[in-house]
Amino acid sequence: MLEIRDLHATVDGKAILNGLTLSIGDGEVHAIMGPNGAGKSTLSYVLAGRAGYEVTSGSVTLAGQDLLALDAHERAAAGLFLGLQYPVEIPGVSNLMFLRTALNAQRRMRGEAEASGAEFMKLIKAEAEAFGLSMDMLKRPVNVGFSGGEKKRNEMVQMAVLAPKMAVLDETDSGLDIDALRVVADGINRLRAPDRSTLLITHYQRLLDYVVPDRIHVLVAGRIVRSGGPELALELERDGYVDIAA
Amino acid sequence: MTALPTRRQEDWRYSDLEALREVWPQDIATTRALSVAAGESARLDDTLTGSDWHNETVTIDLGAGATLDGIIVQARDSLAVTTQHYRISLGAGARCTLHVLATGSRFGRIAIDVEMGEASDFNLGGVMIGGGAQTLEIVTHVVHAQPRATSRQVVRSVAGDTATTSYLGKVGVARSAQKTDSAQSAKALLLTRTATANLKPELEIFADDVKCAHGASVGALDANALFYLQSRGLDPAAARALLTRSFLAAAFADLDDEAAERLTDAAIAALGTNQ
Ligand SMILES: Nc1ncnc2c1ncn2[C@@H]1O[C@H](COP(=O)(O)OP(=O)(O)OP(=O)(O)O)[C@@H](O)[C@H]1O
Ligand SMILES: [Mg+2]
Repeated sequence: MLEIRDLHATVDGKAILNGLTLSIGDGEVHAIMGPNGAGKSTLSYVLAGRAGYEVTSGSVTLAGQDLLALDAHERAAAGLFLGLQYPVEIPGVSNLMFLRTALNAQRRMRGEAEASGAEFMKLIKAEAEAFGLSMDMLKRPVNVGFSGGEKKRNEMVQMAVLAPKMAVLDETDSGLDIDALRVVADGINRLRAPDRSTLLITHYQRLLDYVVPDRIHVLVAGRIVRSGGPELALELERDGYVDIAA
Repeated sequence: MTALPTRRQEDWRYSDLEALREVWPQDIATTRALSVAAGESARLDDTLTGSDWHNETVTIDLGAGATLDGIIVQARDSLAVTTQHYRISLGAGARCTLHVLATGSRFGRIAIDVEMGEASDFNLGGVMIGGGAQTLEIVTHVVHAQPRATSRQVVRSVAGDTATTSYLGKVGVARSAQKTDSAQSAKALLLTRTATANLKPELEIFADDVKCAHGASVGALDANALFYLQSRGLDPAAARALLTRSFLAAAFADLDDEAAERLTDAAIAALGTNQ
């Protein structure tokens, strides 16, 4: 699904990713852990095509398509979704209007029929309920006045409605209470499918108790320094990153 | 007005006086009067199109407890010169809410003077969308001479190309106007380095028990928000348009949804053609 080869990237002229290689198969869930400042969010921005994040060498393909040749919005239409560590507030634009605009923009780019008002409302009602956000909240401006946890739930609602092939979730579990963590994990598990893959960026073993990943990778100083099965998270929780980084 | 204004006059200092001079000799100032009797309510819809020189003074008198909801739209040809002057007097407990959208005119000015009665309420939501070499301005002077009146002004402007948009908002609070509650929020979005935005909220307070707030900021669209929208599938132009809607929203927040959408759509459409 996602093939990252020897990726080097800079932000403001500063090298942040230094030869990162990662391969995520169809239907797989992978997790990336790593110390603060290792480059995890940077990786997610580089994948999503954020302006100012410059790839200096390496390649990234999504389902065989050269991701780096596409603009950010085209990557979304190609099936990439990024759940942000810090979701953005947009006053004066309702969640419903925003998400419907996004969904139909993606569908147009893919040459698909746009969602009618009724189809869209059915979709979003189901997902709002699944992730525990009321329709009243979704009528309000995007993320304005939402608590940290509500913003993360909102990211999940967006993900579920947009139905990406490859979801990168940057610390979606941070700031969630125990019940919300459960809801988000159930959502990720529900959306698992043979043609959809997920990359979880997280600091906590807790999420990985509920969403058991196929592989866990440790990112330090812009590179994957170690990979393993689900048991690696337990080892990291016990020993920290010090030995690995050394 | 009879003599051509000069730049030395504070409230004309950012105006396009050249454009005004060209049309000045054919001064065809018109006046109009509107009064709303005590306890009555009325609506005002001043939508200007066309290209002729338009110079109008409108006097508005609201009796005690009267209300007026008005929409003023300057959607004129790009060569038009337009000066509209509203002189409003509010009786005790009267309420006046005006929503203004200025998109068209080479030089377009909307001046609003308000004399606040006791416990009266004035609200202004204004939007200017300037492109090309346009000069657009909203100039207000709100005088609180009686106690317990509230005034609130929210102005948003977008300027591209070499356009100039200005908001000059003066609020005066007389010694007798205790418990005045006044707020001004002015923000401008610059789309190019060559565009200009002037924001001058100004307070002159002589009473001591008052609440007066004002804020002004000039900036560009937020890069973080632009990325967020694009990461969800909006192309850069659509993302900018949606963020501009977001930027304008506060000015039309207290309008009903349908009117707010109509004015916002017109503003966004002007953004497409003005630039
Ligand atoms: N605009 C920037 N200019 C310079 N350095 C930057 C910029 N943005 C990020 N960095 C640096 O890049 C490094 C990686 O940051 P990044 O946000 O990717 O870390 P992270 O692994 O996500 O950390 P955390 O676990 O705290 O979320 C950090 O050292 C950060 O300071
Ligand atoms: Mg991060």
